[in-house]
Amino acid sequence: MPSPDSGTAAVVRPAAISAQGWGWRHAGRTAPAIHALDLDIRPGERVLLLGPSGAGKSTLLHALAGVLGEEGDDADETGSLLVDGVSPKARRGRAGLMQQDPETQVVLSRLGDDVAFGAENLCVARDEIWNRVHEALDDVGLRNSASGNFALDHPTSALSGGQKQRLALAGILAMRPGLILLDEPTANLDPAGVLEVRDAVGRCLDKTGATLVVVEHRVSVWKDLVDRIVVLQPGSSSATAGSTPAVLLDGNPDTVLAQARDMLTAAGVWVPGYVPITRPRSGTAGGSGTTSGGELLLATHELAVSRERARRRGFKTVPPLPVQAGLDAEVFAGQALTITGPNGAGKSTFALTLAGLLAPVSGTVTAAVGLSDGAGADPFKWKAQQLISRIGTVFQEPEHQFVTGRVLDELMFGPKHLGHGEDRVDELLERLRLRHLVDANPYTLSGGEKRRLSVATVLAAHPRVLVLDEPTFGQDANTWAELASFLSELLDDGTSVVSVTHDQEFSSVLGGREMRLVPAFQDGTRQEAGAA
Amino acid sequence: MKETLTLRGNNALLTRANPLAKFVSVFLITLVLALSIDLVSASTALLGELALFPLAGLTLRLLWQRGWPLIIAAALGGWSTAILSADSGKILLDVGIWSISEGSLQLGLGFMLRGLAIALPAILLMSCTDPTDLADALAQKAGLPHRFVLGTLAALRLVGLMAEEWQTIGMARRARGVGSHGSPLQRFKAMLGQSFGLLVQAIRRASRLAVTMEARGFGGGRRTWARESTYSRLDVWVLAGGLVIAAAAVLAAQWAGTWHFVWLKQPN
Repeated sequence: MPSPDSGTAAVVRPAAISAQGWGWRHAGRTAPAIHALDLDIRPGERVLLLGPSGAGKSTLLHALAGVLGEEGDDADETGSLLVDGVSPKARRGRAGLMQQDPETQVVLSRLGDDVAFGAENLCVARDEIWNRVHEALDDVGLRNSASGNFALDHPTSALSGGQKQRLALAGILAMRPGLILLDEPTANLDPAGVLEVRDAVGRCLDKTGATLVVVEHRVSVWKDLVDRIVVLQPGSSSATAGSTPAVLLDGNPDTVLAQARDMLTAAGVWVPGYVPITRPRSGTAGGSGTTSGGELLLATHELAVSRERARRRGFKTVPPLPVQAGLDAEVFAGQALTITGPNGAGKSTFALTLAGLLAPVSGTVTAAVGLSDGAGADPFKWKAQQLISRIGTVFQEPEHQFVTGRVLDELMFGPKHLGHGEDRVDELLERLRLRHLVDANPYTLSGGEKRRLSVATVLAAHPRVLVLDEPTFGQDANTWAELASFLSELLDDGTSVVSVTHDQEFSSVLGGREMRLVPAFQDGTRQEAGAA
Repeated sequence: MKETLTLRGNNALLTRANPLAKFVSVFLITLVLALSIDLVSASTALLGELALFPLAGLTLRLLWQRGWPLIIAAALGGWSTAILSADSGKILLDVGIWSISEGSLQLGLGFMLRGLAIALPAILLMSCTDPTDLADALAQKAGLPHRFVLGTLAALRLVGLMAEEWQTIGMARRARGVGSHGSPLQRFKAMLGQSFGLLVQAIRRASRLAVTMEARGFGGGRRTWARESTYSRLDVWVLAGGLVIAAAAVLAAQWAGTWHFVWLKQPN
């Protein structure tokens, strides 16, 4: 019988996982999310879990964390899944889980409290809790470290995405779990944040020896940290016997990657050293920065931007503090403009202002006559319907832009309100592989499908300028390649593409010019609001 | 909005008092003022509250910035009471159907001061109490169920996020051609759609947050607290302060002969 967590600084005992014929069907679904899983993970092993979407990776992690809900409310469990020989639900705190969205990994509003939260729930004694909080914050580099040194009462809302994920890791470590589960922990982070989190995880594993199971599409990030890769495949949906086993491949990283390279790239996994093939830009050889040819569509002059609106202080109106000021940019037809820079630099805010969605704090955004077409020079003053046929904006989170309950309605929405362009919908359905989904509800699509749909819906209105906010974030390699190829085609056809991105491969496919923003006002508390 | 709600940088005396003591104090004052409409009790309480401002780290400027909607509402309430209530005494102003008499002016003034005197302690309480400390006190001292208290506290954090999300969804929908232009009906429909979008996001976020909390062992019957919510001698003073203000308001009104329970008919 394992001893329960005592108050003393017990050494972490790594957990063992054993699955035998395990399967799970979510309530309200006909097909199981995962089926016939046989898997043994020894204490202290570090496992990277790969597989196409729909293979049940997240379901497995949730089950191991003991948060999968109860069997019986119309959900079905088959076989057995055990952590240290008992059901994961039976021992709270044995496993710690980190999910993808940094905002929902933070529970409380003060840094120290948030780390303490898990330990409190496990009834750890007060003095021991604070010992653990200090230690965990040191371990993840949020205290006494070059990458962060925060007071215990530092507001958690003022942390960046990467810092929030490291905070979540600290909260997990303070529970002293024998099993650490990471569900796409870096999918929403910029490259610097990805490395921050990966390195913190590595340090903590070296120190505690805990077992690790991580789900992630970008293999190169985790490859050197894990000692085993398990590739899952979607189970057969029929309930008949003799179905395919859930584990397709299992072994040391290099062997598995060599064996399954083709299968993994076909499934959209980012295998190290693999850059998906994309359609090259025609003519300008990748757009080497020439500004000739394209017609000027949009220009900013001395532009200052902020997400906040002017605030009322009693009777006074105070203009917001801009995140960026003095921005001059020009957008040409058939040319790409890439906006880069670290988190908090105001990239999204600038793009949204350029797209006529935010009012400038000062300075101007001016649409050339060729673009405005009689609607006036200031895009922010355009009516919504005037805007969409001139400048289309694709947001980072596709769900924010869904306005109907059906994929086809979603695509017809713009053309229907404009009174023209319905003929293009058919082409977009074909081009972005959405035809088989026309009757589906947009909210039920996979991540890649949602991204393709959100691009298609905006393009259905025929804008001459397309603005995209981190279009490749969290996308698998297949969606990535489709998107990049499609945009390069649009560019060749004379559309202008403005994208906010950290993705250098992506911007090199589009070519054109790069505009790099650096944080302009560093007082430590201001964060770019859109940097999820 | 956000920075006006944080306590960072506020080191005033009352921030160190136990939130529960402050809460009871405020409740006492509010209760007394809810019992009577009269000028004397309201202005006595108001004076007492104003004297407490420095102790809570509040200045008149900050008060105006945080509480201007309440202050304007109180003023408007008083004004409309003055012009609409039954006249008594000398008529001071008469414009058609509206008139202000000595009696109605007094009533209006009393109404306004009472509104202020009730609103101020709430602003005072909020400006020197951290929600986290309040939750600690409610769960540990008042014995409220910790699952409820901590669940609410975590949800409160999401409310701030939702305000940002509302703005983003509004822009995202404008980018789809759903504008805030058009007839009131169209605008109402657009607003409804945006609310639905926000609701979907709120539910997604909330369920992910619930998973995070559950994965950190939340939901068990027992838990320990990293920070103990304690009473100190200061809390005795806070309670005494609340009692004194409440009592002074009643006594002053009694002495002046203006005390009047709200449920009794107005004297005339």
